[in-house]
Amino acid sequence: MTPLAAILVRDMRLSVRVGGGALMGVLFFVTVVTLMPFALGPDLVLLKRIGPAILWLAALLASLLALDRLFAADHDDGSLDLILMGRMPLELVVAAKALAHWLTTGLPLIVAAPLIGLLLDLDAPAEGALVLTLIAGTPALTFIGLVGAAIAVTLRRGGLLLAVIVLPLTVPVLIFGVAAANAAVGGTVPFGTPFTVLCALSLASSAVGPFAAAAALRQEME
Amino acid sequence: MRLAAVDLACRRGARDVFAGVSFAVASGEALTIRGRNGAGKSSLLRQVAGLVRIAGGQLTIEGGDPELTIGEQAHYLGHQDALKSSLSVAENLRFWAGFFDAGSTDLEKPLTAVGLGGLADLPAAYLSAGQRRRLSIARLLAVKRPIWLLDEPTSTLDQPAQERLAEFMRSHLTGGGLILVATHGDVGLDGAQELRLDSSFSRSSECGHGGDG
Repeated sequence: MTPLAAILVRDMRLSVRVGGGALMGVLFFVTVVTLMPFALGPDLVLLKRIGPAILWLAALLASLLALDRLFAADHDDGSLDLILMGRMPLELVVAAKALAHWLTTGLPLIVAAPLIGLLLDLDAPAEGALVLTLIAGTPALTFIGLVGAAIAVTLRRGGLLLAVIVLPLTVPVLIFGVAAANAAVGGTVPFGTPFTVLCALSLASSAVGPFAAAAALRQEME
Repeated sequence: MRLAAVDLACRRGARDVFAGVSFAVASGEALTIRGRNGAGKSSLLRQVAGLVRIAGGQLTIEGGDPELTIGEQAHYLGHQDALKSSLSVAENLRFWAGFFDAGSTDLEKPLTAVGLGGLADLPAAYLSAGQRRRLSIARLLAVKRPIWLLDEPTSTLDQPAQERLAEFMRSHLTGGGLILVATHGDVGLDGAQELRLDSSFSRSSECGHGGDG
């Protein structure tokens, strides 16, 4: 097994085992979205209009949920020391961890989104657009969060700091994600424009994120 | 292979931990590092591992793979076991063997050698402190790296396990490896060089910084 495959397999295993974040994220997502109709009332027109925004917001918060342990767990038990002594560049290791995180916390959200979209009276085209925007946008959330997780790694309760660092940076993702999802159900802009920007955000953050996170980790380990 | 330090200095936070530390260890040799608590034994090992910045002096290696740093050719056995509680004994070891690219290693052998042969499928959460340490030691056996950096390796081990560890260390030395071990007690390595970190330097600097807590 190559080093990167080993990291990927281990992190995915850890997140689906007891104490892992995979199930927690998707349950949080489902719970938040389910609560919305209770808070807003059974106004189907309203729910349909703000549905994509609610789902995107819930997805953003849910993907943040397990992020604070991404490096902190490895730091606390000494694994990070050994990872730094590996022959694999830290940037690649960090990218592999991000991929594992996305596969176990981002992907379940994408699968769950169309199901609970029904609670918000989303029709088929809206569901399709929503899933597409989540596929394109959630990698950006993971890779931006990666940097925050690396910065907060040595802090005992880094979760709150993480949210404060990461959430402002995710605003563009939120704007273009919701814009694209809304465009599909009859907005003023065509679907392609915000969707392309969303893809660009994901690609840019996946290129920059691992380098920034690795630099932060190296700095923290001193 | 020869690992040499000349006038090595270490600074953690605002405190000078040690300075002027020199040693040389060649293949087949071991160095025991002794000193009070806080004398910088762990810091020195972590410097060799590349995990703590070197504040002064030089750390060089001759021989070995020129493409690799010292840390990349070393095993570090620290106070933390680097084990995941929710993974089984075998999964933990398989991960590190895979991460350090040991190829298709037979994990049965190192596990049996450290006396965890029958516990391969047990989640690491159920291991005792001594068993966790043994599992960490199994990593050293599963992946071959020439330099071993051991930080109080015997601290949680019982007598038979300490003897096994001494055997592993001796066979590592016979195979051309080199070992740096920080310890307070006896690790069972006869003829090892000794490095004392109780220099007057570290004592006086600690006194000097005592006031600002």
